[in-house]
Amino acid sequence: MTDYLADVAALARKDLRLELRARDTLPAMVLFVVATLVVFHFALPGGAGDDAAYGLLWVALVFTSLLGLGRAWAPETEAGALDGLVLAVSDRSTIWLGKTLAALAFLGAAELVALPAFALFFAPLDGPALAGVALASIGLCAVGSLVSAMAAAARGREVLLPLLFLPLAIPLVVGGVGSSISPDPGTYLAFLGLYDAVFAILSWAAFEYVVTE
Amino acid sequence: MSITKPSLATLAGLAVLLAGVSVVMIFFVAPEDADQGLSQKIFYVHVPIALTAYAAFGLGAWKALRLLLTRGERYDLESYTGIHQGTIFGALTLITGSIWAKASWGVWWTWSSNQLVLFLVLFLFYCAYFMLRFSIEPGPRRERISAVYALFGVALIPVSFLAIRLASDFIHPTVFTREGPQMTGEMFAAFCCSWAAITLLAYVMYRTELAGKRTDLNLRALREALAR
Repeated sequence: MTDYLADVAALARKDLRLELRARDTLPAMVLFVVATLVVFHFALPGGAGDDAAYGLLWVALVFTSLLGLGRAWAPETEAGALDGLVLAVSDRSTIWLGKTLAALAFLGAAELVALPAFALFFAPLDGPALAGVALASIGLCAVGSLVSAMAAAARGREVLLPLLFLPLAIPLVVGGVGSSISPDPGTYLAFLGLYDAVFAILSWAAFEYVVTE
Repeated sequence: MSITKPSLATLAGLAVLLAGVSVVMIFFVAPEDADQGLSQKIFYVHVPIALTAYAAFGLGAWKALRLLLTRGERYDLESYTGIHQGTIFGALTLITGSIWAKASWGVWWTWSSNQLVLFLVLFLFYCAYFMLRFSIEPGPRRERISAVYALFGVALIPVSFLAIRLASDFIHPTVFTREGPQMTGEMFAAFCCSWAAITLLAYVMYRTELAGKRTDLNLRALREALAR
């Protein structure tokens, strides 16, 4: 168990350290999400209410996570390091968990900029909305790091990833938007928790088959 | 006691026969719906097609699970064929549902119809399955990645269903409730007959496609062996 967690921590730390040195993902995500919010200001008609803005926040978050996930496996595939990793770890699901935690750290950092910017530009965010963002981020990164590993094995991965990822992200958008605008956010938060549990377990169990030859 | 597997031709004949019987039952036995009139008849085709699509996706995922657990190579083709059939029937569900929506609500598409929205999501998801499958080199890796994605599909069906239910208002007619089907006996008989016909038809299509794909693979292997 401690071996398992040590592997996960080492893998996540490796991704964070790479990012600190190269800085090729996080600045892009932050810039992208802020630029998207600005685009949305012009895309929303003047009379559109706050509800429309909350909906667009979720579009921005999903596409920002997509941007991050598109590069998630780049270090492994570009240097051919994945084979080494698969041989090195005690259990292959640690690779998925480490990648998910790193992706979650990047998305969380981007949200630290995006959410205040959204509150400043459009409408305030309350507790349930923030809880919805947190829960949906877990789901986005858990599923996203698995499907981006699938896409990384394929030709034309940049094109393929959104096609694989967006249908799976639709329930998260439903839960997220519901938790931001519904008078009864509890149901939607519970639904997000259910999604996270189902797909995290599935991804954790299935990852081994995605990376082994 | 051993029962020999009926041949594909027998099954196909039976499917055609059942389809004929269901057409007769739909139009001459089942009474006309009091609210919707003639347009309700599409229900006997639309719902069985949708259920068959679910069954085909389920079959694809089941074969995918068998592939992952036993590493049996033949399950790859079976899973792929199941999903292919599911996608065909899913597209038919979208088309028949759209026609029904036009007839009873006056619009070709409505977001308040949960089943239609679910099928749109699933259709997108399974179209991506084909994109994924055809952009990986054939081999064990492709088999496993396709299998994992197929398994995600069956998890996505209930989760999406719940999500769409949460997201929408409820004007889609709920025919099956906890008190059993809300239909007369004749309607239910016509429905079951049509359901059996379409499921059998899907099975025949599945077996035919599988046989074709297997022959194709064998032929290719033979050609490669000859070229050497």
